[in-house]
Amino acid sequence: MSIRATEQRETAAGEIVGAGGAATGVAATGGNGFYPNGRPVKKIDGTTVRMETEGLTVRYGVSTFGIQDVSMPVFDRSVTALIGPSGCGKSTFLRALNRMHDLGVDIEVTGAAILDGENIYEPQVDAVTIRRRIGMVFQKPTPFPTKSIYENVCAGLRLVGMRRKNVLDEAVEKALTDAALWDEVKDRLRSPGGSLSGGQQQRLCIARALAVEPEVLLMDEPTSSLDPNATMRIEQLIQQLKEQVTIVIVTHNMQQAARVSDYTAFFYVGEMVEISRTQQIFSSPREERTQEYLSGTFS
Amino acid sequence: MVETNNLLPARYRGPGDRVFKTVIVLFSSVIILLAIGTALVIYLEARPTFRAFGYWNFLTETTWDPVAAVHGALPFIIGTLLTSFAALALAVVPALGVAIFTTEYAPWWIAQIINYTVDLLAAIPSVVIGLWGIFNFAPMMRERFYTPIYNWAYEDAEWLVPIIGAPSTYNFVTATIILALMIVPYTVALSRDAIGQVPREQREAAWALGATRWEVMRKAVLPYARTGIVAGILLSLARALGETMAVAMLIGNSNRVPFTLFGPAATMPSVIINEFREAVETLHYSSIMAVGFYLFIVTISINLLASYVQQKLSITKGGL
Ligand SMILES: Nc1ncnc2c1ncn2[C@@H]1O[C@H](COP(=O)(O)OP(=O)(O)OP(=O)(O)O)[C@@H](O)[C@H]1O
Ligand SMILES: [Mg+2]
Repeated sequence: MSIRATEQRETAAGEIVGAGGAATGVAATGGNGFYPNGRPVKKIDGTTVRMETEGLTVRYGVSTFGIQDVSMPVFDRSVTALIGPSGCGKSTFLRALNRMHDLGVDIEVTGAAILDGENIYEPQVDAVTIRRRIGMVFQKPTPFPTKSIYENVCAGLRLVGMRRKNVLDEAVEKALTDAALWDEVKDRLRSPGGSLSGGQQQRLCIARALAVEPEVLLMDEPTSSLDPNATMRIEQLIQQLKEQVTIVIVTHNMQQAARVSDYTAFFYVGEMVEISRTQQIFSSPREERTQEYLSGTFS
Repeated sequence: MVETNNLLPARYRGPGDRVFKTVIVLFSSVIILLAIGTALVIYLEARPTFRAFGYWNFLTETTWDPVAAVHGALPFIIGTLLTSFAALALAVVPALGVAIFTTEYAPWWIAQIINYTVDLLAAIPSVVIGLWGIFNFAPMMRERFYTPIYNWAYEDAEWLVPIIGAPSTYNFVTATIILALMIVPYTVALSRDAIGQVPREQREAAWALGATRWEVMRKAVLPYARTGIVAGILLSLARALGETMAVAMLIGNSNRVPFTLFGPAATMPSVIINEFREAVETLHYSSIMAVGFYLFIVTISINLLASYVQQKLSITKGGL
């Protein structure tokens, strides 16, 4: 098993390297060669690695594997799409990236998830701090229904003790603007978050995640409950956001993955089969299983 | 042509549906009729009292003297309201604490043990709690607390004496504490349910923002659960208002107002249970019925208010 894992790691890394030096548009964190925390930046083929997993394994209970031995990089200020059939472990992987599994009972995470050169699963790392740096948007919109739109957006800022009204006002306007929701709600910031439509609620949740200015944003099928129009707006938003934020997005929609992402990772029964530049994986995937899945011949 | 059959509402299809519906409607009407019938009978039986004293005067009259044929419900109303609200005040915070602890903090097996214990507490018959109160709790409280406190007040804080009153074994405070003990399981169970119904996504949304445990509770869980919790508190209040046996056994049964903390008092249920056997005079009997009628109205209103809160203010229906 460990041999296979090693193999896979090499394949994954090799593939990325093979993808060529066209790292255009992906700005490097800390041009001086260091992450904000002072650790030396890791690059693969000239592109900064913001997060990386090494042998990441998640078990539900003793026997069920959510994901097994996943090793892959997440590049700085780029969009990485996770694709694969239902139940293959995309959500499991995503949730492992900001330690959401800590909250479940009977879930065991082994291996490493490295953010800026530091394994977030080290015992001295505080999961709450990690989650403030790594935001998350869920498949189902989850606004806090009793709170106003305004309070929803500043929920995260309030958690870090921000009280100054002008700062909050500014942050709310910026986050809502970034989430392409400002124009629709600017006149009713005080009405409850639950009073918005599904698509608006999802953009509210994105605004809520953005307001704390996360470094990495994890999105689990953020558009699956939205109509094409709202979906398009969120895709545009993702394109804008990646200037500042590193994004990992789970999607069932191949066109969406092709449209928004720079890198695509294909998961299959708990394993990460292949990660490549998106154009490459869709035009000439290396792995047969990827090919079969993309051409729809998979059962 | 459109097939009309498909346009018919579902309830007209199939005989099984119709039978099922008839049975359901029948049973629910019987229950509704029973409730209305009971209220009506109580009202009719209480009418001599209303005729003699008037609806309002009966409520505000402080004398209850069957021998003199003067009946006023105010002492019992005061007693009921005071014991119930005081018991509620005593019960709510600990009950919420237990509910939060068992749902969010405790390891599952500790939560299990606590939940079983609380449910067990709810299963103890009122009269058994009353017995324990009479033979153990009330004498102990009097000896350990009421008498020393009274003695101290008598010496050092004379202004307190009229409020706390001379300590009797069966008194207002004892009854209130026991009443609080009796409603705690309900408040716990109902707020536990309300907290348990908060969707996992709500918690996760707060976690994902970097909230700590308590912040998740305060920011996401409690606000979401608050209507359920309020409804649960109202239902507990309704229970406290109607709780009869243990209170009647421990409150000392005196209708002399003003009540004192350590002195005997009475409630609406307690006067009913204590006097219905001796009520041979028409007016006495009908006055007991009238007390019952008002009690019925109060508890029904609280229950209706609770379901109003639950429905109108429920989050899933978009309200606040
Ligand atoms: N809480 C859980 N308890 C037990 N098993 C789980 C749990 N969550 C997920 N699993 C299992 O882990 C595997 C991966 O699930 P995961 O939710 O990560 O899949 P997914 O790729 O996100 O699927 P989908 O596309 O349907 O969302 C599945 O086999 C699933 O049954
Ligand atoms: Mg999923």
